Amino acid sequence: MTTADTTTPAIEIQGVGMVFNGGRPNEVTALTDIDLTVQAGEFISLIGPSGCGKSTLMRIVGDLETPTSGAVRVNGKDPRQARLDHDYGMAFQQAGLFDWRTVSANIELPLELMKWNKARRQTRSSELLDLVHLADFGAMRPWELSGGMQQRVAIARALAASPGLLLMDEPFGALDEMTRERMQGELVRICAETGATVIFVTHSIPEAVYLSDRVVVMSARPGQITDVIPVALGERNEDTREDPTFFASITTVREALRGAPAPAVTGSNSVDIS
Amino acid sequence: MSTVEAPQTQAPKPKTPSTNPGRGRSLIPPLIVGVVAVVAWEVLVRVFNIQKFLIPRPSSIIAALSTSWADILEGTKRTGYVAVSGLIVGVIIAVALALLCTRFHFMADALTPMAAALAATPIVALAPIYFKWFGATDATAKQCVVVSVVIFPVFINTARGLLEVQNVQIELMHTYGVGDWAILREVRLPNALPFFFTSLKVASSLAVIAAIVAEYFGGQQGTLGSIITQSAGLSRYDRAWAAVLMAALLGIVLYAIVVVLERTFIPWERADARR
Repeated sequence: MTTADTTTPAIEIQGVGMVFNGGRPNEVTALTDIDLTVQAGEFISLIGPSGCGKSTLMRIVGDLETPTSGAVRVNGKDPRQARLDHDYGMAFQQAGLFDWRTVSANIELPLELMKWNKARRQTRSSELLDLVHLADFGAMRPWELSGGMQQRVAIARALAASPGLLLMDEPFGALDEMTRERMQGELVRICAETGATVIFVTHSIPEAVYLSDRVVVMSARPGQITDVIPVALGERNEDTREDPTFFASITTVREALRGAPAPAVTGSNSVDIS
Repeated sequence: MSTVEAPQTQAPKPKTPSTNPGRGRSLIPPLIVGVVAVVAWEVLVRVFNIQKFLIPRPSSIIAALSTSWADILEGTKRTGYVAVSGLIVGVIIAVALALLCTRFHFMADALTPMAAALAATPIVALAPIYFKWFGATDATAKQCVVVSVVIFPVFINTARGLLEVQNVQIELMHTYGVGDWAILREVRLPNALPFFFTSLKVASSLAVIAAIVAEYFGGQQGTLGSIITQSAGLSRYDRAWAAVLMAALLGIVLYAIVVVLERTFIPWERADARR
């Protein structure tokens, strides 16, 4: 299934399965037979009911979990190597900022650990603060910021080492709807500016459709990919949310999530990429 | 000065305080209350002609303090030395144990019940035994009492601070490809500092209490504890109260030092409750 030799896919997942507590009475099969290839610069959302393993899949890509079967390559490398090479940045539902560091120092933490010198770190963190529109907040403490602002700091931190890949686990899940839509707009802009590949885990269908080039629909017990739905919305802006194509894509994803009882409805939309 | 009749009469078993009180409150209300209380004390004792062996007047306590100043100051130094040195050693041991628990989780399982058992033991009751072990005239026995009393609150709180870290923060550190040492330095230690200082405030008061109670059992003369017992035995209650006043001051000074250290080391601490 290798597509081209010239460009390595950002992520290649082949036949990945994940069993927790294997061999014990509380054994859980979190993922079975996952195949997914993500090209560089693509924005992919993982969507599905709770327990479908979408976060686990993302964590496998980030080497926070090791799959029990199958193979994963990140930028053509072993996920562990990709992690050690700082190939990706990660953002979680909780901003996870450090109270004992200022906003700037939070963004600079990964760079400090990579032994960047101070001048270089400061230049980079002020660039990133500009990028997430928080230029005046660098000296503040995280708890002085609103939830949305904290999440933007977390995204800036994830982008600190200029990773080609962003892994985001429901980063806007704790935000109110208005903030959430604004953050989605910001993320689209940031991705356009940085050209990053993104894996984005979400519960929200409109969020997945608005952000993604492709929406990966998963089902639970056992977690597997049931559909991969391409979204052709072109350049995103606030009008996109009123666009008939936007609503049509939402409907498609929703029906896919319901489990495709009538193949005639979803069949035309499903794209088997494996 | 404010009235401090009894230096915190709480039992030597601290409840771990969860949140710290707000900062920067005005000093004026407590000062007014203190002055009013002292004046009321003086007036009531005079008006009702209360016997001085029951409650001496503040003015006679101050008078006794000035006549016996040299003795009481020397006693305060000796007691202070025992309390502070015991506090420092106890804190070092407690923090070392807490760090071990962070590194080896089985240690946490093993040590926590032991520390709890230690806390439930009235450690000062061990003072006569310590005197047998280390000799009555030496300060060591009393230092050991202080150390034993200090360890529990500092250990429990510091271990909590080191272990109760946001999981997200640990995972982030993993994504940066760093090891346990960097996680300790960047996440666990800073996270534990507010917990540590909370326990240090409790421990600083406990250290003074433990030192004085240990001195009641005998040992070295010329300490605050022995001045209090001797003066009371000789019916010189004003002198006993003067020594109690200095003991209270000693506790307050230690507490204040801890508060200053806390503000120096954790400028980020937020006013609202954490977590």
